[in-house]
Amino acid sequence: MTSLAHLATADGAAHAATGVTAYAWLLVALPLLGAAVLLVGGRATDKWGPLFAVAMSWAAFVVGLVVWISMVGRGGEDRAAHIHLFNWVPAGSFNLDAGMLVDQLSVTFVLLVTFVGSLIHVYSLGYMEHDPDKRRFFAYLNLFVAAMLLLVLADSYLLLYVGWEGVGLASYLLIGFWNHNPAYATAANKAFVVNRVGDFGLSVGIMIMFAAFGTVTFAGVQQAAEGGAGEGVLTAIGLMLLLGACGKSAQFPLQSWLGDAMAGPTPVSALIHAATMVTAGVYLVVRSSFVFDHAPNAQLCVVIVGAITLVFGAVVGCAKDDIKKALAASTMSQIGYMMLAAGLGPVGYAFAIFHLLTHGFFKAGMFLGAGSVMHGMDDQVDMRRFGGLSGAMKITWLTFGLGWLAILGVPPFSGFWSKDKIIEAAFIGEGWRPWVFGGAALIGAGITAFYMSRLFFMTFHGKKRWTEEVHPHESPRTMTIPMMVLAVGSALLGLVLSIGGTFTTWLEPVVGAHEEGEHPVLPVWSLMTLTLLLVAGGIALAWMRYWRDEVPQAQPAGSLVTKAARRDLYQDDVNEGVFMRPGVHLTRALVFADNRGMDGAVGGLAALVGGTSSRLRRLQNGFARSYALTMLFGVVAILGAMWVIQ
Amino acid sequence: MPAMTVLSTPMLATAFKAADVDYGAIAPMLIVIAGAMLGVLVEAFAPRRLRHTIQVSLALVSLVAAFVVLVTVSTQQAHRGGTLAQAVIIDGPALFLQGAILAMAALGILTMAEKFGGQGADAFTPMGAAVPGSPHEAAALRAGMATSEVFPLTLFSVVGMLLFPAAGDLLTMFVALEVLSLPLYLLCGLARRRRLLSQEASLKYFLLGAFSSAFFLFGAALLYGYAGSLYLADIATAVTAANGALEGLLLPGVLLVLIGLLFKVGAVPFHSWTPDVYQGAPTPVTGFMAACTKVAAFGAILRVVYVGVEANRWDWRGGVIAVAALTMVVGAVLSVTQTDVKRLLAYSSIAHAGFILVAVLSFDKTGVSGTMFYLVAYGFMTIAGFAVVSLVRQGGSEASHLSQWAGLGRNHPVVAGVFAFLLLAFAGIPLTSGFAAKYAAFSPAISFGGRSGVALVIIGVICSVITAFVYVRLIVLMYFTDPPAGEAVVAETASPFTTIAITIGTLVTLVLGVLPSQTLDLAERSSQFLVR
Repeated sequence: MTSLAHLATADGAAHAATGVTAYAWLLVALPLLGAAVLLVGGRATDKWGPLFAVAMSWAAFVVGLVVWISMVGRGGEDRAAHIHLFNWVPAGSFNLDAGMLVDQLSVTFVLLVTFVGSLIHVYSLGYMEHDPDKRRFFAYLNLFVAAMLLLVLADSYLLLYVGWEGVGLASYLLIGFWNHNPAYATAANKAFVVNRVGDFGLSVGIMIMFAAFGTVTFAGVQQAAEGGAGEGVLTAIGLMLLLGACGKSAQFPLQSWLGDAMAGPTPVSALIHAATMVTAGVYLVVRSSFVFDHAPNAQLCVVIVGAITLVFGAVVGCAKDDIKKALAASTMSQIGYMMLAAGLGPVGYAFAIFHLLTHGFFKAGMFLGAGSVMHGMDDQVDMRRFGGLSGAMKITWLTFGLGWLAILGVPPFSGFWSKDKIIEAAFIGEGWRPWVFGGAALIGAGITAFYMSRLFFMTFHGKKRWTEEVHPHESPRTMTIPMMVLAVGSALLGLVLSIGGTFTTWLEPVVGAHEEGEHPVLPVWSLMTLTLLLVAGGIALAWMRYWRDEVPQAQPAGSLVTKAARRDLYQDDVNEGVFMRPGVHLTRALVFADNRGMDGAVGGLAALVGGTSSRLRRLQNGFARSYALTMLFGVVAILGAMWVIQ
Repeated sequence: MPAMTVLSTPMLATAFKAADVDYGAIAPMLIVIAGAMLGVLVEAFAPRRLRHTIQVSLALVSLVAAFVVLVTVSTQQAHRGGTLAQAVIIDGPALFLQGAILAMAALGILTMAEKFGGQGADAFTPMGAAVPGSPHEAAALRAGMATSEVFPLTLFSVVGMLLFPAAGDLLTMFVALEVLSLPLYLLCGLARRRRLLSQEASLKYFLLGAFSSAFFLFGAALLYGYAGSLYLADIATAVTAANGALEGLLLPGVLLVLIGLLFKVGAVPFHSWTPDVYQGAPTPVTGFMAACTKVAAFGAILRVVYVGVEANRWDWRGGVIAVAALTMVVGAVLSVTQTDVKRLLAYSSIAHAGFILVAVLSFDKTGVSGTMFYLVAYGFMTIAGFAVVSLVRQGGSEASHLSQWAGLGRNHPVVAGVFAFLLLAFAGIPLTSGFAAKYAAFSPAISFGGRSGVALVIIGVICSVITAFVYVRLIVLMYFTDPPAGEAVVAETASPFTTIAITIGTLVTLVLGVLPSQTLDLAERSSQFLVR
């Protein structure tokens, strides 16, 4: 079976890599080397370690750039390349290779990860300057870059899983970087546990692939999926992959960890929890397009998850006063857009990735801006104590402002080109779907405009509400330059990439062509007008409440909805009620079991298994005579059954 | 032969031919026997304070020497085939499994040798014969006595294990079964702490073991009646030829023999002894037993199934398939409610036995290699796992209750980390040997096991998920729960012996997970059974 997969890799889409592309393994190796040197070298590398890490990251970017240029140089058909690394599990009938798939999709990610990643490395030089442990920080950053690149370059689900776990590990280490603060350590643990749930889904999905197709390479699974595999199997795989994607991309119902993950240093929030790692779920769904295209029910679930999350995140974002948490909620919501697009099928794949790309720039830029604000305001994060910073921090204000315009989808900034397309695509279809999903996307755009303007106005405009001892000042050059670069991207990237449909054409060989002739249920011009009107309304509302009017320095009581949104719409309470408390009960019942065993445990599949378990357990009563009797019963049953059958 | 007594007759002298012995082929077994015999002499003549050192070195030297000789023998084709009148058959699977048993037994000896600064091996009572809690026992303790007999006993058991998968006829197989079992019964009863539990375990194991041996013998007798021979090769011939009149003896014979063997691997419904014995036995013995017995017994199952009775597998297969499914389900489900870490690992071993049976039931050469790879992977991780369990103490005795493991990760990150890694391997997470092993075991079942093979794999995957929950919960307990109040739970500082055993076990688990190819290759190349 796997040999077929090999044929597919060799003769199908991806050719064996030649020339510079064959060195694409350096992409993973260089940052990994950086991490290894810094971690193994210990204090000896304290002085030059951070710079070395930055260099490794840029080196990876250069390699990525060269690979990309050589790819552009080839014709559209030959662009995808496959690199065979080593024979991972070679033994007779089963055979698994570790290899890399360098195609348009992965190279897009490589460029995003290495470029934004390298900028954030530079930014961190300034941001972490006074941290005594910055060597460790840079080692983790490099580790993250390596793992993320492995994730996007893998040619099989198994290797992807390795990268997937790697970014999870790096994220865990970085959220808990200041783990002397117990709250931060708890946040890291929360992210860890929630992500386990998702990762578990992914691993079960991989197991199903093994069981059903006997292969886990992308090419092999694609061949099996397109070769008439049962829809039931594909749906199961798709749902499991979606569970994995939900965990990593903070999608409903596994989104609760992202807000707490803001405990990590701000560059981490920018790199991992805005621009790259959290988008891995979108990558997974788009990469598995062949699975979802043949499993419409699983695909529908992707859209539903995306739609719920995009509204959910937007509502939460309206109520947060912590600048980073508001940005986190916005990230969640924007990834919801991408998920929605990815779930729409070939119509949406390219736009999902396109939005991912532009989002990577403007959200990273805004996070760095938030970091810069915090840097100038003695690490405060409460927006109610900001205000009027536009004068004190000109560059930050300007770069953040460009990001703000981009995320709002104001033409001609980046977000307009990607988000508007997603809204349009969401309106394509028949029956109730375009109205529900399109409506969600449209309303989401309006709410986004409100809460992002709220954030922007509360921070940079209105009256100064600073605490006594702060003296806002602009950040050093190492921090502002990356922000400026990202701001340029926020402003222009969308326009540049959508001239003549450059980007969608570029991705076409991987994700399939967007069929012409499908039109939204409403005319495009009316959708665009509607979107812009809603956005303008959102801005206006925010302007009235947070610029023109005085913003109270203490949090007002707020309506029921506000209260709910402040508490992440009770997500943690739900988790606690539904998962944690029964879990704790269960653990107590199991782990600190009284003699009554499992009877105290409630709810859920685990309890079912546990209940069966405790009942079966009574058979294990410790008497040798009962054991012998069990054996005898077994013998009689087997012999009897066999005799009857014969 | 009526004239057997008249040996001087020339005609009979030619008729009687002494069995030719290929000493090279059986040299590993002879070396271990010699080591065990010497150990008995050491026990009688060496001064008490030197005994521990001598016994440990003797045991290790004989195991290593046997391993080296085994490797040399395995490179020479001349030594392949039946010897000792076909009672012993040295072929690829036999050599592979014998090598695995020797390597794991060496690790087992290392963990048994742990003294924690005391006078004798820490896990074992100073005097096995004393009544628990009696003045006699206290006196023995004061006198600094130690049961250093455990090392020769272990070697005797290893001899039986080496012979078990290489036995060419059912009688030899039975002798091997008893040789490996009797020392184990004794070893189980020798724990230093919780003596009563230990002796109870020993007695139970003995009684139930005897019970299951009777099934094996009865089955062997029925097969002899059917085939007129105890040789597996002859039985195979008879099965293929089909013997009309006595056909009724075949199926019960096969099933009873298999039941006797399934008892040893702890398959459901013949598993009841496993948790009690694993819990009661001294922890290093549990590790040794879990790893090596399983290898040997599965070796014997493979030989009986693939050499002897494969031809009529359609008749008896259903029963064993049911056993495999039950074993996985019961092992996985019951592991959920366990509160004792040793019992937890016992149920895990039951579930693993089920997973291995899935590979056995694929009836293909790759099934043999998958089984053998799984055995190696499981054996190393389980020895290391039990060795870690033996380190974690509260107030001097083993903290085997799960609640005592809470928060271990905070105070002993290395010990908890190693254990967490091993648990992930038990769960079969990628990049551990557990994953590669499950892959190796399940894929032949899918390719060659037909519909029942696929069904078994599906059950296996579901059960893996259930057991993974159990292991992950333990990891969460170690890392995310506050330590219990009261006396601190500590991980003892291990001597180099235990450290080496844990390190090797963990490294093998890691290497087989990351680069399983060499070992899989070796298993694949060694998967051809010889009939004679």
